Order: sequence, then structure tokens, then C-alpha cells
Amino acid sequence: MMNLIWAALLVISFVCAIVTGRMPELSQAVLDGAENAVGLVIATLGMMCVWTGLMKIAEEGGLTSFLAKLFSPIFCRLFPDYEKDSPAAKAICMNLTANILGLGNAATPLGIAAMEEMQAARSNPLSRTANNSMVMFVVMNTASIQLIPTFMGTLRAKYGSAAPFDILPAVWFASIISLIVGILVAKVMQGRRERERDR
Amino acid sequence: MSWINLNAFSAYVIPVAVIAIVVFGLVRRVPVFDTFLSGAKEGLSSSLSILPSLVGLIVAVTMLNASGALELLTSFLAPVTNALGFPSEVMPMALLRPISGSGSTAMLTQIFDSFGPDSFIGRVASVIMGSTETTFYAIAVYFAAVGIKKTRHAVPAALAADFTGYVMSVLSIHLFFR
Repeated sequence: MMNLIWAALLVISFVCAIVTGRMPELSQAVLDGAENAVGLVIATLGMMCVWTGLMKIAEEGGLTSFLAKLFSPIFCRLFPDYEKDSPAAKAICMNLTANILGLGNAATPLGIAAMEEMQAARSNPLSRTANNSMVMFVVMNTASIQLIPTFMGTLRAKYGSAAPFDILPAVWFASIISLIVGILVAKVMQGRRERERDR
Repeated sequence: MSWINLNAFSAYVIPVAVIAIVVFGLVRRVPVFDTFLSGAKEGLSSSLSILPSLVGLIVAVTMLNASGALELLTSFLAPVTNALGFPSEVMPMALLRPISGSGSTAMLTQIFDSFGPDSFIGRVASVIMGSTETTFYAIAVYFAAVGIKKTRHAVPAALAADFTGYVMSVLSIHLFFR
């Protein structure tokens, strides 16, 4: 997929530059783009280190499991197929909490563990079809629920924003509404029969 | 919103988070500095590991912009997006967002470059980046991990959430910055 998109971007640029006569600009863009990409990583490197460093402290102190327990009554309502203390429910809560904290590196393995627990808990663990809980879980993972998007804030700062984090309330508002819509659409589309048949 | 001083509030978020985490670590008897160092090292390697894909995609998107193709695409989309009240300049980024994290980041840097991060367009783009994920990547990773082939309603539900995020990004900027 990305192979196709990337090649298309390049070819379209080239053809368009011939038509618009902007070949010198296109040539410059290759150099500028390469330089800007490195500049971007360098500009955000420090803040990413600070943040992952701090998040390591939070993790070592057990913040993820502490918050996961705190949030579990809310999360469990969305996953009625699993008992509150089941391994699947625990893994789901850990992953969603890691997402809220923005622990990208830790969230993915926790999420895969949650998917494995959900698959193992089914009557047919070899099924190739997703069940409702799995879909709900993945949909919640595709809707960003990160509390502090540090990378985006750092990027805004690099490009001269006066207050890089002043968009946080707007981000939270948009995140919550889109998460709710994702959950509702997943619930509506799953259908009742499906749930009884395939756990 | 005039009754909240947004700047004063947002100035507190990062310092409070930093102090809260360090104090939490101290209370839980975590060797805070040593742990910070090992975490920062992970951040270093994961930041560097995205460099190749960023280079590839920022070069591509900068070329797209320089060739005039991005402008063309934007003006082509304008009638549709304007009817929805959505800035057409953000549309190329929104289209790439569910597919590629580095690609949408590249688009975001072009938007910041052209309009500035504190412009209406820059803010809408920021909120979209902060409130959505690389949807197709997440779906692929999680279902593939357990060998699920039929993802049923996962894609439509996830895309509905993304679309809502786009609409809400415009609304929330109107709401919080007037």
C-alpha cells in the first residue's frame, strides 16, 4: 500500500512540475525535504527523550496497572463478554490505559496480548473471524485517546507556535466525541444475534 | 472561550505532568533518574527509527507541494470541503492520516510551513493529528497478531470515528478559539 502511495506522490510531482514549469523548485524540494526531515527529528528528539524517560518512571512505579484498575469499571462495560478479573479484561484495561498515557511503545505489545487473550477465551480459538469484543477493542485503539500528544506539541513549538499546547482542550473534545461515535457505531453494527452466537 | 484563560491553563499541563510523575516515582521508591535515563534511551532509538520513513515521505510531500500538485488537489477538493465547512488545505493530510503516520506528519509540516501552527488551518490540522490514529495500521497489526482475516465492522466503525474527529476538529477550534 505505502509502496504505491509513495511512488504515486513522486510521479505525480514530477509530471505536475513539467506541466507547471516548476522543475527548479522540484529539484530544490528534494534537497529541502531531506534536510527538513532530519531537522524535524533533531528538533523533536530531546522532547521525545524527556517524555519517554518520564513515562518509564511512571511505568516502573506501576502507574499503568494502578490506573488500569481505576478505569476497569468503565472499560468492562464495553466488554461484557469478559469477567472483571479475567486475563482478557486485565490485558484490555492495561492497553487502553497505556494509550491514554501515550505509551506508544508499551501499548502495542499490551494490545497484542489482549487480542491473544480474547482469542484464547473463545469457544473456537482457531476462528478467523473477529468477535464483537475484538472489533470494539481495535476501534478504541484506532481512535486516539492520548491525554498529552507530546510529539504534536513539540512539532508546533518547532514551527514557532506561541503556545504549543493551547490546543489541548480542543484535542480532548475532538478525541472524546470521535471515540464515542466509534463505540456507538461498533455497538450498532454488531447486532444482537451475532453476540449470542459468537463469543 | 473567554471564561477560561486557555494560555494560563495550557502552560500548567506539561509542568504539572512532569512533577506529578517524578513525585509519583519517588513515592513508589523508583530510582527516578536512572529510570529516566533508560526510558530516554528508548525514546532516542524509537525517534531515530522513524527517521528513514520521515525522510522518504517529507521529500515526497515537499516535492508534491513544490510541483504545484498539492495546490491543484486542494482547489479540486475545495467545492466539496467548503460545503462542509472544512478547510480544503487540510484535506490531503486528512486523507493520508489513516494510512501513514509519517505521511500525515509530512503533510502537517507543509501546513505549518505555509500557514503557521497558530493559524486556523494549522490548529485544525494539529487537532486532527492529536485526536486520530493511523487507523489501518492499528487494524492490520492487531488482527494479524491473532490470525483474524474477517474484521467485520472494524473498518467502517473506525473510519466513522476518524471522520467524526475531522468534523469535530473544526468545531472545537471554533469553540475554543473565539
